[in-house]
Amino acid sequence: MSQETAADADTGLPLKRIGLYAVLIGMVVFYLIPIETGLMTAITHPDAYTGNYPYLPPAPGDISLQPFANAVDALSQGMINSVILVVPATILSGLFGSMAAYGLTTVDWRGQIGIYMLFVAGIFIPYQAVLVPLTQFWYNIVPLQDWVEMIAPMVPFFKDYHWKLVALIITHTAYGIPICTLLFRAHYKKLSDEMVEAARLDGASIRRIYRRIILPLSIPMFAVVFIYQFTQIWNDLLFALTIVQFGDAAVVTQDLVGIGVSQEGTNFPLRMASALVAALPTLLVYIVFGDRFAKGVTA
Amino acid sequence: MRNLLAKIKRRVSSSDDARTDGGSTTSSKSLLRRDSVRSAPFWLPPFLLVGLFVYGAILWNVMLSLTDFEGLGQPDYSDLDFENYTIAFDGGTPSWSDFSIDPIWNATQNTLVLMIAFTVVCLALGLVMAILVDRNIRFENTFRTIYLLPMSLSFVVTAKFWLYMYDYSDGLVNVALGAVGLGPVEIVQNPELKLGAVTFALIWQYSGYAMVVYLAGLRAIPSSHFEAARVDGASTLRMYWRVIIPQLRTATVSAMVVLVVFALKAFDFLYSMYGGYNPGPSADILATQMVREAYGNGNWAYGSAIAVILFIMALSVVAPYIYSQYKRGQL
Repeated sequence: MSQETAADADTGLPLKRIGLYAVLIGMVVFYLIPIETGLMTAITHPDAYTGNYPYLPPAPGDISLQPFANAVDALSQGMINSVILVVPATILSGLFGSMAAYGLTTVDWRGQIGIYMLFVAGIFIPYQAVLVPLTQFWYNIVPLQDWVEMIAPMVPFFKDYHWKLVALIITHTAYGIPICTLLFRAHYKKLSDEMVEAARLDGASIRRIYRRIILPLSIPMFAVVFIYQFTQIWNDLLFALTIVQFGDAAVVTQDLVGIGVSQEGTNFPLRMASALVAALPTLLVYIVFGDRFAKGVTA
Repeated sequence: MRNLLAKIKRRVSSSDDARTDGGSTTSSKSLLRRDSVRSAPFWLPPFLLVGLFVYGAILWNVMLSLTDFEGLGQPDYSDLDFENYTIAFDGGTPSWSDFSIDPIWNATQNTLVLMIAFTVVCLALGLVMAILVDRNIRFENTFRTIYLLPMSLSFVVTAKFWLYMYDYSDGLVNVALGAVGLGPVEIVQNPELKLGAVTFALIWQYSGYAMVVYLAGLRAIPSSHFEAARVDGASTLRMYWRVIIPQLRTATVSAMVVLVVFALKAFDFLYSMYGGYNPGPSADILATQMVREAYGNGNWAYGSAIAVILFIMALSVVAPYIYSQYKRGQL
């Protein structure tokens, strides 16, 4: 609708235009103020924290990185566990999603829509509907813990408690596949059939077409999918709470829940610093790749 | 093995001979050369993962909800009944416990209030913002990026921010209320305000999403529609109401489905805000009640029954949506 509004912009009263920007900037304040207040509080020295005007920067003498240092200290183990979880789970769910979308879209066969519908429905399932079985599965059915305890001593940096993270990786991969498949399928439907047809006529196998044609053309979509999955898995609490439960394998969202609450009251600078530290990876990804994130969530 | 394959091959090809879709290479008659089978290495492994972890787990959960599984130990699948559902609807003391168990009505009511208020406000706010952003403004990308920013954050993180915003003595909300002379108000632990406060924070986090979906919808409407309405002399308000908004039906439905599902997932937010499984009766939703019964109280089977009810609620929204997408060939 570009011409129409362009004309509107030229002929409209400047007052109207000013009002429009005032509302838009008001909304910017609305969306940013909780984060901004958190940031200002997080750089205040805990002893100097008064609670007055928390949205203003602290007096120069009261600025301190102490809360951030404490937050990093408290969250480092959780951050490491989250990285161990997020990287493989993101890559695996993206790859599987791409493969599924290829097998169900570019290769055309009857009945695939039925299977695809099962994938799509999987996106919308509330996790509560599977929690108890998942806990049963990982704790009582699969002897994953024994396997990991057997292998762990042979692999450097691989510890016994990592079995919970392995379980979490597989679970997140399985639950990430549906949305990844949907995103890739939308992309593959737009690709032209001609190249694939030509390759088929030349006798290229399905595997070869995927490796040589589809995969290179999927790279922009992989960026979208990886960003989406990274954010989702990093931000998740529920699966970690029910599969990791507690102990050394706790991820960063689990550690964040209990931070900054002590008997003497609430340590807001530490709490805000922790929230920002835990959010930092997804915030950075969002600030750098915001448009791709938007593409992922609106697909 | 060979024999068996040949037999299957014959059977399948005899029943499937009359393919009429006219596919040039897909009409191969051999089972092994069929595209569904040859592409199986690609779709089957992810399908098995999803089948096992999503659909297998859902069926297993239904089974578990019929048992008396509680506390430590193993579920016993030999004695299945609907007792947990009776308890869920009527409350009372089940045979597997010495304690009275809460029914789901309170949590269901809160779930519905949260879900409807959250979805409706997000959609309305998102639509208004999309229309404003669509008015050929400068720095459009910057505005859009900021509006969507909260969505990239974890529920756990945003709950921490809002816990601070709502704080009785230091929170910005109370600072603002104090400035207009309304004095500090207890928000987070106030039974009257809890659910509203949670809903408001969730709207803060997700209304940007509705805006982005609507913006994409507005951009898809040909500009001739705007012009035609303009030529007819319709006022801006009237033009949007009569011409533009009716065309945003698809955007509304898809945003609505996603928002409803997000609202059902609000567990993470409540857990982080209240530091545990129990946000108190006035903010308890089915998602928190389910996890509390199972993981907090060890009433696994009862938790599973609540999960089944929650699943059916989600399905009743999602199934018609997927079906209509299928009917319109948009899958």
